[in-house]
Amino acid sequence: MWNDVWLVAGKDLRIEWRSRVTFSQVLPFALLVLVLFGFALDANRPVLDAATSGLFWITVLFVALTAVQRSTSLETTDGARRALLLAGVEPAAVFLGKALAVAVQLLFVEVVLVGGVIILYNAAVESFPLLVATLLAATIGIAATGTLLGALVAGVRARETVLPILLLPVLAPVLIGATRAFDDALGTAAVDGWAWLGLLAGFGMINVVLGALAYGVLLEET
Amino acid sequence: MSAPADSVTIVSIIRLRAAVALIGRFPALAGIDLEVGEGEVVLLQGPNGAGKSTLLRLCAGLVRLESGEGEVLGHDLRTSRPAIRRSVGLLGHDTALYDDLTVRENLEFWAAASRADVASVTPAMDRIGVADRLHDVSVGLLSAGQRRRVALAAVVVRRPQVWLLDEPHAGLDPDGRDLVDELVGDAARAGATVLVASHEVDRTLDLATRRVVVAGGTIVKDVADVE
Repeated sequence: MWNDVWLVAGKDLRIEWRSRVTFSQVLPFALLVLVLFGFALDANRPVLDAATSGLFWITVLFVALTAVQRSTSLETTDGARRALLLAGVEPAAVFLGKALAVAVQLLFVEVVLVGGVIILYNAAVESFPLLVATLLAATIGIAATGTLLGALVAGVRARETVLPILLLPVLAPVLIGATRAFDDALGTAAVDGWAWLGLLAGFGMINVVLGALAYGVLLEET
Repeated sequence: MSAPADSVTIVSIIRLRAAVALIGRFPALAGIDLEVGEGEVVLLQGPNGAGKSTLLRLCAGLVRLESGEGEVLGHDLRTSRPAIRRSVGLLGHDTALYDDLTVRENLEFWAAASRADVASVTPAMDRIGVADRLHDVSVGLLSAGQRRRVALAAVVVRRPQVWLLDEPHAGLDPDGRDLVDELVGDAARAGATVLVASHEVDRTLDLATRRVVVAGGTIVKDVADVE
């Protein structure tokens, strides 16, 4: 199964690399959002400091929506979803491969955004291990949930607008947990970030398992 | 014990009994009885919306058998759809190609995904007449006819036991149409079973051992030895 996971992930990442959408469109969009949040709140510096973690993760969620939409459309545009079924690829492998590719794209953008909040918002990293662990755990949860819900709405006519309505509320625990953990990592609030990291890890694991089990049903045409 | 050399053993590759399949709530197939043997080339005819494409997709294990019975290559259409899918090659209306990958990358991906020999990709491209200069061109830059040829190459690479071709001549130039005929002939001679849904009646009749007319989700005519 793992060969298929790498095969699907490699294919999605190669397509992303060729199209350069993440690099040339999504990344500038994400940085622009950070800059605009900065413009909106810079007059009140304490508010900006306190909101840095939340603004970071809201921006990540916007990026995740784009990444998941693109990942879903790769398989729905020209019948590739059906061809994957015919090829006999394990649905769990398709799910894990696609989630892995989304996660890699998100991590790339997140690393740049961390640099963005350090430079634009004057944020300081107090716990590097907590920051990295939060990025990894939250990204796994976002990618798994997004890939699963992307497949759920793949057959829906207005999936571009339905996906955010479904995905954003489901990702609320990630937003809360990742923001609290980041607050601790950046030293902007006195919270136990490692405890919130536990929530993120649990959320991620549940959605990875759920996705691997349910993706086959979602891939089926009827 | 082996059969006498001159005996004829008819192996049923596709067997449907009162097969019903729904598209949404619409009964696209409303009780199909069909039996197709090894090496047969069956031409499916009928007006648009008759159920030809649904019949092909049912045989590919992509559409659920709602009621009735069905087997493909001995696998039950209700319980063994994954095994059926791995054994058939379907050329549908979609090409299932990724625009941002090259022709070669697309075919290598689908070969690897379907456990076919990746080394057979280059011979398949040559067989299908995809020019050398196009092997490393993004599929998104190809014409509709060229895309169709690449999609056909993806079926060839799989070496399926059952070929399910939905309007395989559509969008192809005369050379491409001749090529489809050659491939169907080669597949049948190699023992594969071929179902072709086509409006190119005259062209496909030359290859067909049988003509099945579908209308309103049922078979209204089944003529053997059409030549």
